[in-house]
Amino acid sequence: MYLLRMVLKNAFRHRLRTTLTVAGLAVAVLSFGLLRTVVDAWYAGAASASNARLITRNSISLVFPQPRSYQARIRSVEGVAEVAYSNWFGGIYKDPKNFFAQFAVSDNYLNLYPEFVLPDDQRLAWQRDRMGALVGRQLADQFGFKIGDPLALRGTIYGGTWEFVVRGIFDGVDDTRVTRQMLFHWDYLNETLRKGAGPRPDQVGVYISVIDHPDDAATISRRIDAVFRNSLAETLTETEQAFQLGFVAMSDQIIAAIRVISNVVILIILAVTANTMAMSARERTAEYATLKALGFGPGFLALLIVGESLAICAIGGGLGLALTGPAAEGFRQAAGNVLPIFNVSNETVALQAASALAVGVLAAIVPAIQTARVRIVDGLRAIV
Amino acid sequence: MAQPLIEIRNLRKAYRRGEQIVPVLTDISLDIATGDFTALMGPSGSGKSTLLNLIAGIDKPDGGTLAVGGLDITQLSEGQLAGWRAAHIGFVFQFYNLMPVLTAFENVELPLLLTGLSRSQRRDRTAMTLDMLGLSDRMDHYPNELSGGQQQRVAIARAIVSDPTLIVADEPTGDLDRRSAAEVLSMLQRLNQEIGKTIVMVTHDANAARAARAIIHLDKGELGGVPELQTQL
Repeated sequence: MYLLRMVLKNAFRHRLRTTLTVAGLAVAVLSFGLLRTVVDAWYAGAASASNARLITRNSISLVFPQPRSYQARIRSVEGVAEVAYSNWFGGIYKDPKNFFAQFAVSDNYLNLYPEFVLPDDQRLAWQRDRMGALVGRQLADQFGFKIGDPLALRGTIYGGTWEFVVRGIFDGVDDTRVTRQMLFHWDYLNETLRKGAGPRPDQVGVYISVIDHPDDAATISRRIDAVFRNSLAETLTETEQAFQLGFVAMSDQIIAAIRVISNVVILIILAVTANTMAMSARERTAEYATLKALGFGPGFLALLIVGESLAICAIGGGLGLALTGPAAEGFRQAAGNVLPIFNVSNETVALQAASALAVGVLAAIVPAIQTARVRIVDGLRAIV
Repeated sequence: MAQPLIEIRNLRKAYRRGEQIVPVLTDISLDIATGDFTALMGPSGSGKSTLLNLIAGIDKPDGGTLAVGGLDITQLSEGQLAGWRAAHIGFVFQFYNLMPVLTAFENVELPLLLTGLSRSQRRDRTAMTLDMLGLSDRMDHYPNELSGGQQQRVAIARAIVSDPTLIVADEPTGDLDRRSAAEVLSMLQRLNQEIGKTIVMVTHDANAARAARAIIHLDKGELGGVPELQTQL
């Protein structure tokens, strides 16, 4: 208790300096947490993707379609339980800034995605309405969509104005699921295309297959691709997670830069805190020499210095941690469509706390060693 | 003469200043008896503070022996010296050297943390010591709330609270006005006469030295003749 009182009193002897250091620590810990959460958010889609689902796309590029007829052939491959398909629609809702994903999907699409929960009556209503659309909860909340609302999209890939009616709102089974997308009937798209509006009909963007055993994903992928070898549209099949990571890989360098910056922020605050502790220890050279003269050993002095550093870092780090939640929520709202899942993970919170703790210990090491080495007679003569 | 508490034989100490070696103490031999109040006097650079530091075990000699209570402290390691100082030495510094973040009470209690006393025993002894030095009404004050004389009294209380064998005082009146200096000297005399504490005090003030029973003169690192015995006031 005596030591703790001395530590806390020492920590606030230079109020302005300590306050600035605490503020710096809070900002650093907060920034570290937010930057790590940005990285996590970037990988959120891939993290929540399933290894029990395979994505089959045109082997040349995702932008090239595949014939609709592939569904039955993929379904016949050993190990495949069910096959659905979807097309990226790329429509504009009122204004290009209102970006959200829209997919034209097969009727069985939601059977493959148990992580999306849709009440039975809404599913039935959607299946009965060729112009029906399903919207995710996050999307509905953002634009105020309600069941029965008309919804019009201006096509970019598929020209013209496309009319829909909201027939259902689906939720994620947990808050890691992105529900900022819209689904509608692939048949509606295809029938319209058959009337001569835009690209060729009977084409599919990707096939989604549910497989019986995720461990067999590689084998089944090879089997699927073997079926279409030497065809006009050869395929490339991979797990949904690998497919998602392929998108993330496009921004690998940005992610790497964000990771580096998050670590640099901690290194900078380590230098600032070490400077604060070095100044404090230097100013108290005579006091520490007096304690040594009285018989206190270097260990006691090290505890005083490390304790003071830890106290400052605990306050600054705690403040940073407390601010991370509200700041992340603000960031999520500001980022909108870009990072729909922006949750601060427990791992990030633990790393923030560990960083503050590490800064507290590391910043005090050099001053503690220097203080332990100072000769008592030199320390007593010290004038600061 | 009573049994010597401090026995110094052929003590040498030099400092290195760049390539140059500056001798500070040259072949010092002297005894200080238990219960003595000795003043070390001399001009600046005479080596009096260095001798006091060696006696207090906060500096190490280059040669010779220095025994306190029969123990040659020149042979002790840093860790052993720290323990020895905690048990046997009470320090009074010119600029008090109190911990500014601690109250008078906490400053006086500080050396007792190194003893095996319980919290209540520490508090009782601290309160008694402060009372003895007339500081009962100042125990909750921080050093910056006390006058120089009061701070030095707190420092004296800190020096005696653990009942050390020896009190070393380095210019204890050097930063005080005449009245406060007289109070502090009178207090040291009382400790010496009433409790029998052995005190070694460095001073360059002849008036302060008169409070001691014996004066040892140092000049250029050498003793200036035999100790001069004084009649106590």
